[in-house]
This record gives sequence, structure tokens and C-alpha cells, in this order.
Amino acid sequence: MSMTTQTRTRLRDNHTVRAFVARVFFVFFIVALVTFFVVPMLWLFTAPFDSTPTLAVGIPDWTLDNFREMVENPFALPSIVNSFILSGGTVLIVLLAGAPAAYVLSRARFRGRDTTLYILLLFSSIVTGSAAMVPLFFIALQLGLIDTYHGTIVILAGGLLPASIFILKDFTDTIPRSYEESARVFGANSFQMLRDVVAPVIRPGLAVIAVWAFVNVWSNFLLPFILLRTPSKSPAAVVMYSFYTEGGQAVIRVIAAFSIVYTIPVLLAYLFVNRRYGFRFYGGIKG
Amino acid sequence: MTKSQQETQPLPRVKEPAGVVVSRRGALIWLLPAGIIVIAFLIAPAIWTLVLGLTNYRLTGIEAKEPQFVGLENFENALTDPAFINSIWVTILFVLGSAVFGQAVLGFIIAWSIRNLAPRVRSSIELLVILAWIIPSSVVTFLWIALLNGQEGTLNTILGIDTEWLLRYPLLSIIVFNIWRGTAFSMLLSSAALASLPPSYLQTAKLAGASNWQQLRDVVLPSIKGYLITNLLLITLWTFNDFTPFLITGGGPGGKTETVPVFIYQEALRFLELGYGSAIAAIALAINFVIAMFYLRSSRRNAAR
Repeated sequence: MSMTTQTRTRLRDNHTVRAFVARVFFVFFIVALVTFFVVPMLWLFTAPFDSTPTLAVGIPDWTLDNFREMVENPFALPSIVNSFILSGGTVLIVLLAGAPAAYVLSRARFRGRDTTLYILLLFSSIVTGSAAMVPLFFIALQLGLIDTYHGTIVILAGGLLPASIFILKDFTDTIPRSYEESARVFGANSFQMLRDVVAPVIRPGLAVIAVWAFVNVWSNFLLPFILLRTPSKSPAAVVMYSFYTEGGQAVIRVIAAFSIVYTIPVLLAYLFVNRRYGFRFYGGIKG
Repeated sequence: MTKSQQETQPLPRVKEPAGVVVSRRGALIWLLPAGIIVIAFLIAPAIWTLVLGLTNYRLTGIEAKEPQFVGLENFENALTDPAFINSIWVTILFVLGSAVFGQAVLGFIIAWSIRNLAPRVRSSIELLVILAWIIPSSVVTFLWIALLNGQEGTLNTILGIDTEWLLRYPLLSIIVFNIWRGTAFSMLLSSAALASLPPSYLQTAKLAGASNWQQLRDVVLPSIKGYLITNLLLITLWTFNDFTPFLITGGGPGGKTETVPVFIYQEALRFLELGYGSAIAAIALAINFVIAMFYLRSSRRNAAR
């Protein structure tokens, strides 16, 4: 009898010791994790407000002088405008071309539909990122689209359309068909259908795609880097890079202010999606 | 109606003709704008790259006017070019280190270890990891250049040393950078997979006296294996095609961080060896094709379950 009690106590002690060690280890892990993710980011939120920013993180003295200097830089603000042109233009094309296509692929049954979907998915996975750089440079060269906004926009749209169509199609698949059936009864034509039936049906999907495509183009470095040759046409992503590769230490104040200004739209987009749909969803479609 | 159609429409209220709301011709018209863009700017360029890889096309000189068909010469050159072989090795190390062992493992560990924390703590940690993922790449690359700078970088300031990280440990630096950058996706996917587990699974295991580790090994990992494989294939595909390391190291020093994307960029777009460049790009596209086929198969299997 006493043996068992003893063993039990020892077991319990052992258990509490192990639980304690596990607890300490766990807290240590969380602290290390948070440190690993926070430290590289700190500079972005301190340096812009520091009157003498360096590469190291310092405690800022909360001045806006760096922003004044950034405004005077001939490339900084124009590049933000360029980014808006590229992102806005691409979003427009992706929505205008993607919505009808997604709608048809969701609603209509026709031969080759599943094959179309499969080919879309396959090619959008293959022709991606850097492997797509040479092919896209070729097509731009051949069609005289180098150094043009419309060329860059349509090429960016080509890369985003397949995924957009898939996400929009998923949205549409979840919506009942009663809308369209009544529209058909009333004999709506194609344009009326698009405006009065399709658009409302997939509106939540459209909002998500718009934000996603916007952020994607806003952050895209590679395509504008190889397709737009004139520095004054460069979007913020490329100008940021040229600041720190060609500008040297002298412009660190501009870099600091510019980094945060250029990042803010992405943070706003994230907040918007997070609030409306939850970021898990956002997570699923980035990339 | 075929079997698959019945599955997607369990309640056919009306007997449907070929199209529900649009005729076949209507369907084609609505597909046309997206179709033209995708064919012209995604599918055709990829196929054309394969063709150009068989020529000696260059941007300047005689070859620019009349490119000659050179067969598999470019591909042979690539496979015997030490710089290309080097870039393949660098890429393998980069993908294995940062995606497979880095993001996938860390992402799962984070998702697993914070799953029972208070919602507010949990979402704050997730927010940090996600922030690293959504800040534009040319900004995060500068943040890391500043962090790793030899003279006044934050890392050296904390450690009190003056190591030139990007010169002494270039590949390790971009691997750690990419873990920091991309773990969010694996974390989100892992926690979605964990959330999909029926709680009864774990309760049963716990009642049977399984330790945390045993639950993980015998219950959790086998049931979410499909998701984890999908995740691995996706992040492998993305990391293989990632151009971001270029923004930190430019491929240097001495080709130590010259991944395949950086090599393609140097050959095709900086030296304008378009024939050779497209042969390498074609090889990269072929590697993507293999990963994508595995991905499509595994995601289809997940969907079937």
C-alpha cells in the first residue's frame, strides 16, 4: 500500500517538474519567435521618425523632417503615382476580363470546361515568378511593349488572371442560381446580365480580387524592373531598390521615410481584408 | 448529365440545357477577353521560350536578324556550364533550407504551439509573422541589409561584434531571411489544417494516455499529411522561382547566392544572350511543370477526401 502511494507521489512530482520545464521551454520559444520576427521590422517603424537615422535601430525623436526630404526627392512621390497607375490598371483589367470568365466557368456547362480550368491552373503554376521573366520579356519585346504602362499592365494582368478566375469562380459557385433564372425569364441581354446579374452576384469576390491584385502589383519588383526602362516611369518597388543600390548612404533619410509611405497601402489593404473576411482567407490567396 | 455534373449540382430543379444562363456562343464571348490575355501573355510566351531555346537568338548582332536553329546546343551548354550547375546547387540548398526545413517546419511548429493560447495573444503572434510576409519585397530586403550590415547593423549592435554577415555567410543569410519572409503561409495553412481535425481525435488519444508528442506523431501528422504535402509543393514552387534574394545580394559574392532565377536574369536580360537564356528558362519551366503536376495531383486528392 505504502509503496503505491510513494510511487504515485514520485510520479506526480516528476510530472510537475516536467510540466514546469516544458512551460519554461515554451515561454522561451515564444520569446525567441517574437524576437526573430520583430527585430528586422523595427527599423521600418523607428527610422522614418528619427532626425539622424542610421542602419541600426535607434529610439526616434519623432520628427517629420525625413518626409519633407522625401517629398523633395524627384523620384519618390512620382514613383508612388506610377505604382497606383500600374496597380489600378491591372486591377481594372483583371476584374473586367476575369469576372465574365469566372461567371461562365461557374454557371455554364460546355464541352472542354474542365480541360480549360485544368490548363489555366497548370500554366499559371508553371509560368510564374522568375521562370516567366524571359518569356514575358520576349513577348513584350516582340510586341513593342517594353517601357510602356499598357504593356506592363496587360502582362501583369495575364499572370494574375488565372488565380483571380479561380477565386471568383469559387465565390460564384456558392451563390444560388435563382437570380439568373429570373433574369433569363425576363429576357435580359448580355450586357444587362453582366451589369445587373453577374456583378451583384460576385461582388464580394470582386472586392477580394481587387485588393489582392492591387497588393500583388504594388509589391511586384521583377516585372516592372525588366519591362520599364525609363527611371521616371518606375514604380515604388523599383525606385526603392535603386535608392539603396545606387543612392548610397546619403539618401538614408529618404529611404526611411519612403519605406513606410510605400508600405502603408499594403497595411491598409491587409486591415480591410482582415476586418471583412478574416486574414485566414487573405492568407489563402496571397502569393 | 454526366456523373461529375450531378455531384456539383445535387438539386437540379430545372432540366438544364447546354448552358444555364448563357448560350454556347455567349459563353465563348464572355471567356474571350480573359482567354486572349492568358493565351497571349502566359501560355504562348512559355511555348515560344522552348522554341527560342533551340536557336542562337541574341538581341544584337547578326543573330538578332536571323536566328539560326541550333538544336539542343543551348541545353547542352547549360548542363555543362559550371555557373549553371552552381546555380542549381545554390537553389537546391536555398529551397531545402528556407522552404522545406525552414518555413514548413517553423510554420507548423508555430501553428501547433500557439493553438491553445488566448485568442488575443495568438492573433498578435500571427500578425507579426504575417507582417513579415506582406511588406513589399524591396522594403523587407532593405530591412535585412540594414539588419545584417557589418558596421552599424542592428544584429551586430545587439551581439556587440562586427561580422559582415552578407559576405561571410551569404547563403545562410538569405536562407534565414527567406524563412522570416515566408513562414506565414505555412503557418496559416498548418493552423487551417489543425482546425479541420475533429477534436474527438485528440480527446480519444489523450484518454488513451498519449503524450503531446505521441498525439502529434500518431494522430495529428497522419491526418493532415495531405495538407502538409500540398504546402511543401507550393512553397517549393514559389521559393524555386523567388527573385527576392537578388535584391539583397545580387547573386554575390562570387555566385554564392546566385540561384537559378538570378542566373537566368544575368544571362538573358543583362548579357542579352536570349537563345541561351531561354534554354535555361525552359529548363526552369520544366522543373516548375514537374512540381506543378505533383501539386495538382495532391490537391485533387485532398479535395476528394
